[in-house]
Parts: sequence; C-alpha cells; structure tokens
Amino acid sequence: MADKPRDVLLGPIFHNNPIALQVLGICSALAVTSKLETTVTMCVAVTFVTAVANAAVSLVRHHLPSSIRLIVQMTIIAALVIVVDQVLKAYAFGISRQLSVFVGLIITNCIVLGRAEGFAMHHGVWLSFLDGIGNGLGYSVVLLAVGIVRELFGSGKLFGVTVLPLAGDGGWYVPNGLLLLPPSAFFLIGLLIWALRTWRREQVEKEA
Amino acid sequence: MAEAYLSIFLKSVFMENMALAFFLGMCTFLAVSKKIETAFGLGVAVVVVQTITVPVNNVVFQHLLRENALAWAGLEGLDLTFVGLISYIGVIAAMVQILEMFLDRYVPALYSALGIFLPLITVNCAILGGSLFMVERDYTLGESVVYGFGSGLGWALAIVALAGVRDKLKYSDVPAGLRGLGITFITVGLMAIAFMSFSGIQL
Repeated sequence: MADKPRDVLLGPIFHNNPIALQVLGICSALAVTSKLETTVTMCVAVTFVTAVANAAVSLVRHHLPSSIRLIVQMTIIAALVIVVDQVLKAYAFGISRQLSVFVGLIITNCIVLGRAEGFAMHHGVWLSFLDGIGNGLGYSVVLLAVGIVRELFGSGKLFGVTVLPLAGDGGWYVPNGLLLLPPSAFFLIGLLIWALRTWRREQVEKEA
Repeated sequence: MAEAYLSIFLKSVFMENMALAFFLGMCTFLAVSKKIETAFGLGVAVVVVQTITVPVNNVVFQHLLRENALAWAGLEGLDLTFVGLISYIGVIAAMVQILEMFLDRYVPALYSALGIFLPLITVNCAILGGSLFMVERDYTLGESVVYGFGSGLGWALAIVALAGVRDKLKYSDVPAGLRGLGITFITVGLMAIAFMSFSGIQL
C-alpha cells in the first residue's frame, strides 16, 4: 500500500472497504439503516470519531507504552463518542432517541479501534486523519447503499419524503415490508459483497 | 415476581436476541463461527462475562452515575450519566482482565479453553450493548442479573447455531463471488427471520 494521501483517503472506499472486505464494524451498522435520516447521522458520527480518534492516537503514538495502548485508545474513542452523543442529544433529540444505544456502540465499533491500532500507531497525524475519513466514508458508502434500498423500497420514501406513492395511500407502489425488518439488511449486504467481488475478482476469499 | 424474571429471561434469549435482532457482536459473530468448538468456547465466555458485567454496571449506574445517586456524599443533584459510556467500557475491560487472571490461577482448564477469546470480548458490542440496554430500560439489580445471563445465552445460542450451519455449508456449491462472507451474511439473515417468529409471543 502506497502512503500517498490520495490512496489513503480513497482506498478504503472500494479497494479495501472496511465492511465488505475486512468484516469490521458491522455490529452497530445494520440496525440503523431502515431510515436514511438515522443512517446519515450514524455515518457522520462514525466518520468523525474515526478521523479524530486516528489523529489523536497518532499524535501520542511515540509516548505510549505498548502495554497500556489499548486502554488509552479506548479512552480516547470513548471520550469522542460521548461528545457525539451529547451533541446529538442537544441538537437532534429525536434522532438520538431513535439511534438509542447505537451511538454508544460506536465505541466498540471495530473500525475505529482497528484503524487506531492498525494505522494510526505507525503513521503521521495528517495521514492518519485522512485514513480515518477514508474508512468512515467506506463505511458510509455501504451504509447509505443499504439505507437507500431499505427506505425506498420498504416505505417508498427517501429522507421521509414520499418518492413512490404507496398503494395504501392511493398510489401504485406496494411496499415490501420485509425491507423494514432487520434481516433484510443482511441480505442486502450479502448481495452487495457479491456484486463487489464479481467486479473485483481479487477480493474473493480463498478456499480455507 | 418470578414471572417477571422469567419474562425478561425468555425475552432476552429469544425475542430480543442480541445477535439476530439487534445485530450486536457481529464482528466476532461472523469471524469466529467457522467451527462449532470455537464458537461454543466463545459463547460460554460471553455468557460468563455478560452475567458479571451487566449487574456490575447496574450497580455503577444506580449508585454512582444516576442523578442524585451521590446525594449521600453531599453532592446533591449531581448527574453523571454523561460519563456513562466511558465508565461502562472501563468496567468491562477491568472485569475481563480480572476474570482472565482469576481463571488463569484457579481454573486453568477453562482458561486454556477460552484462551484468546477472553480479551476479544472487551470489544464485543454485545457486552457493551447489554449494559446500555440495561441502563435504558432501568432494570433493578435482580433483573439485570437475569438480563445479563439471558442475553449472553441468546448470543451463544445464535453463534453455535450459525457455526453448525456453516459447517454444513462446506459441502454446498456456492457461486464464487458469494463464497465466504457473502453467503454467511445471507445465512444470518435467514436465521434472523426464523428468530423473528418468536417476536409475537406475549408473556
């Protein structure tokens, strides 16, 4: 992997996507995708936390004894998540209600810790920051794709605005209720991975 | 009273299964479910840690963080709930560490069986999620013990079941791009639908 800023920023989006390829950070991702509003909030929150946490960890990386580095990283991440949580509670209470515990669960989102541990510990502040943004975007792309499909075909809306008039309200579209249920997110991500791997052959897993 | 506990227990195992209804602990869920034995080991570890950390975090929440909880120390009206997240993760990390040392010293057989899974649990969202749900639903201490055990058990059940399915999946002919991660996601989706059939049950 070249350490060019552009590669660091854009690589994680398709090339090395944290969700589709590295199986990181799916934990809290799926339950928030039934509406675009919450999805976008979650994406912004995760991108912010990953980027800032990466920069902060990179800043202190030369002063960290390796035996306590995990605890320090956790503390940095937890502090940032608290900031996000408080901001959401203050300015977007409704969304914060809907996201319930999932904002807090960004702490245990493996992307954040994984990037802090895997990238920020060995790279400069600026590159780490970009890497954080890139991975946040990679995460967002998958989440948004799933969110758009689920909201559009599940309830005929995008951002709460009706796009496909529902049959129940005199329109023509009969919504697919399955898409509003949690399991649909699994199918969508499964299919997304399939598509991505058909496009980029080298990502297919080797036989174990 | 007993009925209320039973209801929380069954709810946390089946209707609100941590893995299949809330998608918590997915990273480990997908990564460690290749073999039944390892899945079972991890499942046991999660049950143990969950049963300990949820009640401990309950005590922390009820007696330290909650509004007016520190009134006995002359800190009337102090609301520390905003440091909740950092305290819970701290408690979890500490508990896992203590459990690891305890097992190493007194139950070496179990320690070597659980091995690498214990430290992994610190970053398992199901554990932190359990504590956060406990706070959100305002469980009492007794309820939180039951909830911790139940949600841990539900998670363990799900991962063992998935490992069993993946074991059989080795013999099937899956399209190339779907192999591995893709088919696992779809399998989990189908399992989640199956578990949803529990959701109509009223206790």
